[in-house]
Amino acid sequence: MLEQQDKLLDVQNLWVKFPTRNGVFDAVRGISFSLGKERLGIVGESGSGKSMTGRAILRLIRKPGIVTADRIMLHDKDLMAMSEREMRKVRGQRISMIMQDPKFSLNPVMPVGEQIMEAYAAHATASKADVKRKALDMLEAVSIRDPERVFRAYPHEMSGGMGQRIMIAMMLIPDPEILIADEPTSALDVSVQTQVLSIMDRLVQERGMGLIFISHDLNLVSSFCDRVLIMYAGRIVETCRADKLHEARHPYTRGLLNSLPRLTEPKERLDVLKRDPAWREAQSVSGAS
Amino acid sequence: MSNAELGSGEKQNLRDWLRTETPTSRRHARIASLYQGWLTLKANKLAMIGLFILVFLVLVAIFAPLLAPADPFEQDLANRLQPLWGEGHLLGTDSLGRDILSRLIYGARITLYIVTLVAMIAPIVGLFVGTVAGYAGGWVDTILMRVTDIFLAFPRLVLALAFVAALGAGIENAVIAISLTAWPPYARIARAETLTIRGSDYISAVKLQGAGPLRIIVKHIWPLCMSSIIVRVTLDMAGIILAAAGLGFLGMGAQPPSPEWGAMISEGRKFLLDYWWVATVPGLAIFTVSLGFNLLGDGLRDVLDPKDAGDA
Amino acid sequence: MSVTIQSENGRRASPIFSVVATIAKTLGTIAITMLGLLFITFVIGRIMPIDPLISILGERASKEMYEATYIKLGLDKPLVVQFFYYLWDVVRGDFGVSRLTARPVVDDIIRVFPATLELATIGTFIGVFVGIPLGVVAAVKRGTWIDQTARVIALVGYSMPIFWLGLVGLLVFYGILGWVGGPGRVGIFYVDIVPTVTGLILVDSMLDGQWDVFRDAVSHIILPASLLGYYSLAYISRMTRSFMLEQMNAEYVTTARVKGLSEWAVVWRHAFGNIKVPLITVVALSYAGLLEGSVLTEIIFSWPGIGSYITTALLSADMNAVLGGTVVVGLVFVCLNIFSDMLYKFFDPRAR
Repeated sequence: MLEQQDKLLDVQNLWVKFPTRNGVFDAVRGISFSLGKERLGIVGESGSGKSMTGRAILRLIRKPGIVTADRIMLHDKDLMAMSEREMRKVRGQRISMIMQDPKFSLNPVMPVGEQIMEAYAAHATASKADVKRKALDMLEAVSIRDPERVFRAYPHEMSGGMGQRIMIAMMLIPDPEILIADEPTSALDVSVQTQVLSIMDRLVQERGMGLIFISHDLNLVSSFCDRVLIMYAGRIVETCRADKLHEARHPYTRGLLNSLPRLTEPKERLDVLKRDPAWREAQSVSGAS
Repeated sequence: MSNAELGSGEKQNLRDWLRTETPTSRRHARIASLYQGWLTLKANKLAMIGLFILVFLVLVAIFAPLLAPADPFEQDLANRLQPLWGEGHLLGTDSLGRDILSRLIYGARITLYIVTLVAMIAPIVGLFVGTVAGYAGGWVDTILMRVTDIFLAFPRLVLALAFVAALGAGIENAVIAISLTAWPPYARIARAETLTIRGSDYISAVKLQGAGPLRIIVKHIWPLCMSSIIVRVTLDMAGIILAAAGLGFLGMGAQPPSPEWGAMISEGRKFLLDYWWVATVPGLAIFTVSLGFNLLGDGLRDVLDPKDAGDA
Repeated sequence: MSVTIQSENGRRASPIFSVVATIAKTLGTIAITMLGLLFITFVIGRIMPIDPLISILGERASKEMYEATYIKLGLDKPLVVQFFYYLWDVVRGDFGVSRLTARPVVDDIIRVFPATLELATIGTFIGVFVGIPLGVVAAVKRGTWIDQTARVIALVGYSMPIFWLGLVGLLVFYGILGWVGGPGRVGIFYVDIVPTVTGLILVDSMLDGQWDVFRDAVSHIILPASLLGYYSLAYISRMTRSFMLEQMNAEYVTTARVKGLSEWAVVWRHAFGNIKVPLITVVALSYAGLLEGSVLTEIIFSWPGIGSYITTALLSADMNAVLGGTVVVGLVFVCLNIFSDMLYKFFDPRAR
C-alpha cells in the first residue's frame, strides 16, 4: 500500500453514463483505483471503458455523457469539485494525455511549432523567444533530429512516428505530474512502436511522473508497466503486478492470455474467448496500489 | 416472439417487433429502421410542425372546391379591395373584387402542381446523370460533370427567366425552366455517393455473381442514393416554390387570372401602401409552405443523413 | 497521403512548373465552362419565337431588305457556323445593340453592373459578419435554445420570398415609419450629382466629398442590402454550424482541451481555424448567389443593376440584352468559383 502522500491520483467509484433513447448506457461502472509514481497499465477490449476512464479523469467527457465519482483526488484536491476554470489549470499543466493517432489528434492547419508553443504558453508567462526555445528543446528531447524544420512543418508532412513524438513533446512541455497515454502506439507501424515507447518511458522516468497506459495489448502492457488493471464491461475485473500477469486468476484475463499466440508454445488453434455473463455483474475490484 | 398474448400485450409485441435489434428478415429490418427514423423525427418538434403544414397544404389543395367560400375567378368590381375580416370575405378582396381566401385555396393546387412536377423531373434526371457519370468514370464522367458544372455556373433565376422568355410564359414552361436549373446538384450528390459505393466490397461481390452495370446501378446504387436525394428534394422544395413564385411575380409563370401566389403579390403590389393585405397575404402563404418544407427537410436530414446530426 | 519530411527537398525543384500547370488548367476550365454557357445562351436565342430581324428592321421592312440582312447576319448558314459567328462576336466583347436603350449591350452592362456589385457586396458583408458567429455559437451551444433560435432564424430566411419581404420592408420602414430611403439608389434630388468614377455610389460620393449624397445613398441601400444579407446569413450560418459540428468532434479539439486552453481558444483558434477554408467556398457561393438573388430585390427597389436590366429587357423581348446580361452574370459566377478554388489552395496547408 502506498502512503497517502505518495499517491498522485486516487479515484473512487467513477461512473461514466450516456443517456440513449433506449435507456442509460454505462460505459464505466463504479471503478476505483489509485496511481503513484508508477506506470499503471489499463487493459481491456474495445468498449470496456478504458478510454472513457482516461478522459473522465480529465473531465473531458462531452455532453450528453455524464461523469460521477465519489472523488477523483489529485494529491489533496478533488477534481470533481473543481470549476471548469480550475480544471483548465489542471489539464496540460498537471495531467496530460497522449491520444491514439497523431493524424487526427494534431491540428492539421496549424504549424507543429505553434501547437507546441501554445501548450506551454497556456500555463506559463514567458517571452515568445523563450517559449520558442523551450519548444525546440522539447522537440530535441523527443529525439527529433532537425527541430527547426519540424517546428515550421505542418502535421500532414510528418510520418506517424514523428507525429506521435511531437504529441509527446507537446504534452510534456508544461511538465505535468501525470501522463495518460491512450493507446499511444496502436496507430503506428510496428517498426516505430518501440522507439516511441522508449522515448516516452525515458521522459516519464526522468521527470518522475505517474503514467496511466491504456492499451488493448496485454503483452505490451505486461512488458512496459509496473502494475496492470484489467477492465471488462466498465469494471475492473482484476489487478496485479505486471510481471505476475501470467499468474492472473480471473477467467477473463486467463481467456485473453490464452487467446494470444506464443512462439514458444505453438498451438494448432488458438482458444476463443468465451464470455460469462456473470463477469459483467461481479463487483469491481479495487485498483488501489 | 410469442403470439399468445392478446390485447395490450399484442401492441407491446408490435412495438418490440418494430424496435428489435435483431431483425428476422430483410423486410423486418427495413420496417424497423423506418420506425426508428420515425421515432427520431417525431421527437423533433420543428419537423413535426413542418409535416403538419404540408399535410394541411395537401388537404387544402384536394378539397379546394369544398373549402373555398367563393369562386376564385368571379369578379365583383363593386366590392373591390375589401379589408380583412370583411363581410363574406375573410381575407378581403383584390383589385377585381375576387375573394382572396378562395384564390389562396385554389393557389395551393398550383403550388403543389409545380412542386410535384419539378420534384419528379429534376431529381430523376440528376440521379441518372450522376450515377452514370460516377459508375462509368473516365471520359463519360468528365463530359457529364462538365455539363453539370456549366448548368451550375448559371445563376438559377436568370437561366429560368431566359428559358421562359424563349419558350413563352406559362406554368408548364416555368416547370421545365425550374427543372432545368434544379437538376445539377442532384447529379453532384448522386455521383459522390456512387463513387463511394462503387469501390465497396459488396459491389465487387455482386459483380462476381455476374450482375451487369445496369443491374448494379438500378438495384444496388440507386437505393443507396435515395436517402440523401430525399433530404435534398425536401430542402429544395422551398427553393422551387420561391422560384416559381418569383417567376409568377415577374409575370413569367402562371398567367392571369390564375390564382398563383406570386402573381397575386405582383397584382397587389400596385396597391401596397393603401391596401397592404392584398400583397401581404399571399406572401405569407408562400412563406408558410416553404417554411414547412424547410422544417421537415431539416428534420429529415437529422434522421437520414446522420453525418450532420452527430451523436447527441 | 502522409508525406514525410525527407521528400521536401525533392519537391522544391518544380514549383514554377506546377504553378504554370495549375494556371493552364484553371484557364482551360474557365474556357470550357464559358463555351458551354455561350452554347446554351445561343440555343436559347435560336429557339426564341421572336424573329431577330423584325427587331432590327422594324415591322414594315421590304422583302429585299429583309433578305439582305438575313444573309448579312449569316442566318442562312448552318447553326454550327452561326454559333462560331456568335462566339467571335462575344470574344470581341460585342453582344449587339440593345433594342430598348439603343446602345451597345456591353456599355449598358458596364453602367449597371456596379450597382449590383455594391448591393451584393454589402449584403455579403452582413451575411459573413452575422452568419459566421451565429453558426459557430449554434454549433458550440448545440441543442440549447440558442441553437434552436439560430435554426429558426436561418430556416425563416430560407423560406422567405425575398421580393415579398422587400415589399413589406418598404411598406413598413419607408411607407409607414419613414426610417429609410425609398426605391432607387439615391433620392431624386441627388441623382447624377456625383461624377462616376467607380460606379459604386457610396465610393464615388465619398471620393467627391459629397457627404449628404453619401448619407442618402446609405439610407437607400440599407434595406435591400439587409434583405440580401439576411438571405446570405441564413445560408452561411447553417453551413458554418454544420462544419463546426464536424470539427468539434475531431480529436485535435480534444487535444486542445487537454492542453488546458480556454474554450475561446479551442473554438476559435482550433476548430474555426479548420473551417476557414471550406467557408471561403461557401461565402463565394453565397456572394455569387446574391448577384443573382438580387434580380428580384432590384426590381422591388427599382435598383438600376444587372438584375433589373435583364428582366426589363426580357419583358420587352430585347434578346441581345438578355443574352449579354446572362453571359456576364455566368462569367462572374465562374470567376468567383475559380477564385474561391485558388484561395482554397492558398489557405489550406494540405492543398499547397
